[in-house]
Amino acid sequence: GPLTERPLMEVRLGELHTWISTCSFSAQGLLGAVQRAWGSYCAKYIHVRQGGPAGISMLLAGYCLLSYGWNYQHFKRHRWRKYH
Amino acid sequence: MLSRLVLRAAPAALRALPPPVAVGVLHTTRPLHTTQQSLAPVPPLPEKGGEVRHGLIPEEFFQFLYPKTGVTGPYMLGTGLLLYLLSKEIYVVNHETAAAACILTVIVYAIKKFGPQVAAFADKLNEEKMASALAMKNDTIQTLQTAIEEEKKEQWRAEGHSYLFDAKRNNIAMLLEANYRERLLTVYSEVKKRLDYQVALQNLKRQKEQDHMIQWVEKNVVQSITPQQQKESIAKCILDLKALSKSAHATV
Repeated sequence: GPLTERPLMEVRLGELHTWISTCSFSAQGLLGAVQRAWGSYCAKYIHVRQGGPAGISMLLAGYCLLSYGWNYQHFKRHRWRKYH
Repeated sequence: MLSRLVLRAAPAALRALPPPVAVGVLHTTRPLHTTQQSLAPVPPLPEKGGEVRHGLIPEEFFQFLYPKTGVTGPYMLGTGLLLYLLSKEIYVVNHETAAAACILTVIVYAIKKFGPQVAAFADKLNEEKMASALAMKNDTIQTLQTAIEEEKKEQWRAEGHSYLFDAKRNNIAMLLEANYRERLLTVYSEVKKRLDYQVALQNLKRQKEQDHMIQWVEKNVVQSITPQQQKESIAKCILDLKALSKSAHATV
């Protein structure tokens, strides 16, 4: 299909540059992108008849990683070795 | 299964979702809006969600790496990544690591053991909701059907009204006729009474006139008999009587 209308997963690596140049980075555009992403995630993993632990466990794992990243400077001080 | 619990316990979160998804949760199959922006008929929910391996990594990642690295590719990638993070201490092992390990063990054990029961319970709740909604819908449909039947019956009954009206019309016509004849009879008897009265009046008058005339004539006649005539008539009567007696004597 046309390059601008394809979702991110179907864009090949070579076309990534042009694809990024076509999407709008205004507040509305970003908000729309976030809403669409959340909607597609929900539709795929949460709003099903027989879900499993996968739906929220991925969210929790993402939250764990994010919080580890935010607190990395604090963790750095508790390293076991000085040189790696 | 946990997501089913999330579904049941967080309606507020559902309202924050974009409309197609929130509407899909309602399990409706009839159109909700009729404008051009209508999102109906709403398709039913899919049976199973996206495949996720080990509860954390979507299957698409494994499929993405399969052509180049085969089945073990993602696992090798994961192991290598883990060792790199540990050796460079990008991931620092501290007390939280031990806590996380214990918590994860308990969680995984609980999911493996109680997962199916919770899933069955949530499924049962869902089924009950669906059944009640379906029952309501069926009841409404049934009520409307009976209403349609009743309406048809009423329409059929309305056709019989023409016969009813004919009979009523006949009744009224008969009543009118009877009334008319009664009045005719009344008129006739009244007129006859008046005419009889007139006839009786005339008869009476004539009789009275006759009587009066007879009386008057008699009175005049009696008056006109002078005493002279009376004597003459009495003498004549005596002579006649003598003659008669003579003839009577003669015959005897």
